[in-house]
Amino acid sequence: MKDLVAVVMLAGIYGLLSACFFVAMDAVDVAFTEASVGAGISTLLMLVAITMTGRSEQAARHKPALAFVVVVITGGLLIYGTLDMPYFGAVDAPIQVHVAPRYINDSMQEVGVPNIVTSVLASYRGFDTFGEAVVIFTAGIGVLTLLPVLRSRKGDDAVESLNDSMHEQHLIVRIVTKILIPLILLFALYVQFHGDFGPGGGFQAGVIFAAAIILYAMLFGLEVARRVINQTFIQFAAAFGVLLYGSVGLVSLLNGGNFLDYSVLSADPIAGQHLGILLIELGVGCTVTSVMVIIFFHFAGRKEDKQRMKEEEVG
Amino acid sequence: MDVAIEITSSICLLIGSFLCVSGGVGILRFPDFYTRMHAAGVTDTLGAGMILIGLMLQSQDFLVFAKLVMILLMMLFINPTASHALAKSAIHNGLKPVLDIKERNNTESESSSR
Repeated sequence: MKDLVAVVMLAGIYGLLSACFFVAMDAVDVAFTEASVGAGISTLLMLVAITMTGRSEQAARHKPALAFVVVVITGGLLIYGTLDMPYFGAVDAPIQVHVAPRYINDSMQEVGVPNIVTSVLASYRGFDTFGEAVVIFTAGIGVLTLLPVLRSRKGDDAVESLNDSMHEQHLIVRIVTKILIPLILLFALYVQFHGDFGPGGGFQAGVIFAAAIILYAMLFGLEVARRVINQTFIQFAAAFGVLLYGSVGLVSLLNGGNFLDYSVLSADPIAGQHLGILLIELGVGCTVTSVMVIIFFHFAGRKEDKQRMKEEEVG
Repeated sequence: MDVAIEITSSICLLIGSFLCVSGGVGILRFPDFYTRMHAAGVTDTLGAGMILIGLMLQSQDFLVFAKLVMILLMMLFINPTASHALAKSAIHNGLKPVLDIKERNNTESESSSR
């Protein structure tokens, strides 16, 4: 397929379909993440990247036959490897007998959070999640270093006139978006703080929150959105999220527990766990939101800068 | 009373399913972008709306009912707006609607005869 937009759309549809089969397999948290990250924000960021790189694929300079042979052999080996795996859903499979019984039986007494997925993600496997937050933060830093925004500040009049012309062009979409954005933000907060009780958590909430901001930036222009979301603040927030996560770990270390052992945060272990999970989910949400917004602003800002430079060359 | 609700709900569900299927057929069969978009947009809003209303009549729990109402509201907001944005960007990028099938066939045969 030569048209990259179609390829991105197919990837998004694949993400949505896999979210559907995750729901069918009762993995609602994973499905939620897949729908918001795989089908939502990554499709969007890919589309923004395509606006910079061009829409059609470049002619292949290498022979595809060799790559095809390698892919077929690797795929065959992987399928051969799955033959050794226990039957799907087998009771004696390692995954069912190793740590899962402890999570299912004891997490209510040890962590006291109704959603076992959250207790595993944030408490038992807190260190892994810390790693994920750091990975996202690193991605944000990478984009910041690779794509510096060459900012030649537009005057207020230019922004105003652009705003007016866009207002006429996108009147209906703008009005509906203005109604929807508060609801999206509210939903993101709900997902953030309801993660203990139902599907949801910092990652999904962060992506939804960022989606609302990106929607605003797409319809009201990048300059206006930059005024609403201060760039320095958003970069600070990205670092603050990871810092908050790490600090919770350090505080529990100082209180005499292990790193990220929230039981020592409060006199009552269960209350300590609740507090710890709330704080680290807040950190994750903070980082994810800021990094997604940073990536979008820098990709889209790059495109605007290129256009402006072209205009200046022509003029 | 129960029987009446049951019948209304199943009628709504049937109409909704029929509209969704006809929307799918329309996407495959209609001649150009705008008519296909019409098939997808209008029948999806109405079809999914009818299915949701049918499900609302079925729901015993008030919470489920409220959630379905929210989904319906969201869809009534988002679906038409998405269709509008799609059509607008298509017009903006210079995609002309096919106005008459005869006309299109003529131009096609002319261009192939040349």
